Amino acid sequence: MVRDLRSSSNGQRMPATPLIAYAHVDKSFDNGRVVAVDDVSLEVAEGEFLAVVGGSGSGKTTLLRLANRLIEADRGQIAVEGEDVSRVDPILLRRRIGYVFQSGGLFPHLTVAGNIGITPRLLGWPQAEISARVDELLDLVRLDRAQHRDRLPHELSGGQRQRVGVARALAAKPRIVLMDEPFGALDPLTRDALGDDYRTLHRELGLTTVMITHDMTEALLLADRVAVMRGGRLLALGTAAELARNTDAYVGELLRTPRRQAERLGALLPRDATA
Amino acid sequence: MSDPRWSEALAHLPDYLGNHVRVSVAALALGLLISLPLAIIARNRPVLRGALLGLASIVQTVPGLALLALFYPLLLALTAVTAAWLGFSFSAFGFLPAVLALALYSMLPVLRNTITGLSGVDPAVLEAAEGVGMTPRQSLTMVELPLALPVMMAGIRTAAVWVIGTATLSTPIGQTSLGNYIFAGLQTQNWVFVLFGCFAAAVLALVVDQLLALIENGLRNRSRVRAALGGLGIAVLIAATLVPALARPHARYVVGAKTFTEQYVLSALMAHRLQAAGLPTTTRAGLGSNVIFDALAAGDIDVYVDYSGTLWANQFHHADIRPRAELLSELKTTLAKQDITLFGELGFENAYALVMPKKRADQLGIHSIADLASRAATMSIAGDYEFFSRPEWAGIQQAYGLTFRAQRTMQPDFMYAAVASGEVDVIAGYTSDGLIAKYDLVTLADDRHAIPPYDAIVLLSPKRRDDEVLKAALRPLLGKIGIAEMREANLRASGNDAASSPDAVARWLWERIGGK
Repeated sequence: MVRDLRSSSNGQRMPATPLIAYAHVDKSFDNGRVVAVDDVSLEVAEGEFLAVVGGSGSGKTTLLRLANRLIEADRGQIAVEGEDVSRVDPILLRRRIGYVFQSGGLFPHLTVAGNIGITPRLLGWPQAEISARVDELLDLVRLDRAQHRDRLPHELSGGQRQRVGVARALAAKPRIVLMDEPFGALDPLTRDALGDDYRTLHRELGLTTVMITHDMTEALLLADRVAVMRGGRLLALGTAAELARNTDAYVGELLRTPRRQAERLGALLPRDATA
Repeated sequence: MSDPRWSEALAHLPDYLGNHVRVSVAALALGLLISLPLAIIARNRPVLRGALLGLASIVQTVPGLALLALFYPLLLALTAVTAAWLGFSFSAFGFLPAVLALALYSMLPVLRNTITGLSGVDPAVLEAAEGVGMTPRQSLTMVELPLALPVMMAGIRTAAVWVIGTATLSTPIGQTSLGNYIFAGLQTQNWVFVLFGCFAAAVLALVVDQLLALIENGLRNRSRVRAALGGLGIAVLIAATLVPALARPHARYVVGAKTFTEQYVLSALMAHRLQAAGLPTTTRAGLGSNVIFDALAAGDIDVYVDYSGTLWANQFHHADIRPRAELLSELKTTLAKQDITLFGELGFENAYALVMPKKRADQLGIHSIADLASRAATMSIAGDYEFFSRPEWAGIQQAYGLTFRAQRTMQPDFMYAAVASGEVDVIAGYTSDGLIAKYDLVTLADDRHAIPPYDAIVLLSPKRRDDEVLKAALRPLLGKIGIAEMREANLRASGNDAASSPDAVARWLWERIGGK
């Protein structure tokens, strides 16, 4: 079911060494009673934007957290930037991987600047450098420096909080960004704007991104490839076109909604319509 | 303010307040030093957390006075152990037991609020702390503690107010505090002192609470100015209360007193004599009966007045009654074994006695308990709460064959009025009580010596055994204070005016017994 990366149709974009590689990874909870990740092998190439789609309990969040050792694997190997993560100090590993939390996960007692600058601060950057980096990032995520720098998270809108969350993840100039349902709690307009903005950042900064989502439409629109998980297993992996050819019933079910939406919108908004 | 008792109360304030702040601050600091790390360690360990909170709750249910009193014998035993095995001893009196008991008392609110505050931090925030690469320690100091701070500070403020309030109860174990006003005032019916003590303790608690609130506010709003102001306020308060206490010459002599009026007067009298002899002296009044003898033996106080029968029965647990002279000489020998000097008798006794109105006794021709025997069957008797179960009563009944028509138990203050008004015929009073003179009552002679002697005796601590200056200063009091003088002094001290303060009465008593 899982296709080899290098033989896929847009294989020419994929360099030889993956930045994140899972090999036969297992993870269960409650002494093996709940299997969260079941023999998953998956490679994410440098510069790739991968979306992992699945329902709740599919194991998609566990898979993401295994990469920066917020969760430890039971079996199998995970390599980040070519290094086996089990041999790396997990604290240092996390500091060099950006992580965007569901609904922001901002520190409520720290200002926007304090939140964005936290990982550089942990890494011991000089204060002036952190301050300059915060300004740079506020521009990058399109928040007004003067207006937002010294605000506390509770004074921001949901969209602004998530922009700060993205800025915080990028602060220490990581090559990899992990995102845990980053736009799930936002209204559709904000969500679209933020998704597009992030997609631009991903491309311009040459990031490698893994994003968890339960929304297939969002996954197809933003990601280069989509991984589908169910019951801890990787069901399918590929570009939109590849998924469309997949014969698995569950994959087909997941694609039904975006397809129907696309057809109806196509009918409602004809391409050649003039204003 | 025209009442001189206000200025007398004010004169004590630097000493009492200084000691009160010192013991409260030390207790709170010790309590925090223990509670905060314990709470942090226990926050993720449910079993330990439950055990700690349970233990702290149990401590909280022990009345403050009892907790303080318990620490005294505990430390006394401990210092005996360290003296025997480690070659050093420490004072089990005053400061140390007060600090330990109050620190224990402060733990519950600090533990509970710190644990509640830390466990109330949003799990999503903890996850974010881990995700951005914080170590567990960084997560604690940079995220968890700052977020738990408001709840923790509320606990610390509660603890501070509790400690300051409860510290007033450390007077009976020898720690000077604002409680000295309250204990002395209650005993000598000096309501000015009681009010002053309560008011001072309340103001101190409020001020400290507000200063801590300022610090909390500063920390929460990241305002260095406010936090610094609060800290400065606390520092100034501590410094201000320590300065006068440090500047005053350290008193080398300590006169002890138990918790009743007569003791306050006698300790004031002895202190006046020592000061007149040029000895720097202070008094530790309001000490518990169980504490004061041990405090003398340990050298925490230098001199106090006890009663021969009390020591005989309560301290040395004798059940038999000896004639007066024999009991005194036996007591002297026993005390000498503990290196305590029985310096001499003051001249009066504070014993139980059967008391009736003088006029009625004269009419009936009753002058002794023996005279009473034939009429007792038609009479009623009243005594305090414990009298009828004490060995003295059994002894009296046996020696004189007394059987009264009725016997009643009464609050001591009411007994004298009751017998004076004829509500009861006879009461078991105290021989040195001033009310005997006030109501024109008479004590009946105990010709058969059924009631043990309660001679007021002056005891000196081991280190004052050969102190000739001290002895010379106190010698003029020995044998000079008769029962009439003591009664009148007690009566004066039970008044509720300026002339009834122990100091004023002591001066009156000194003149009365012929002092210059």
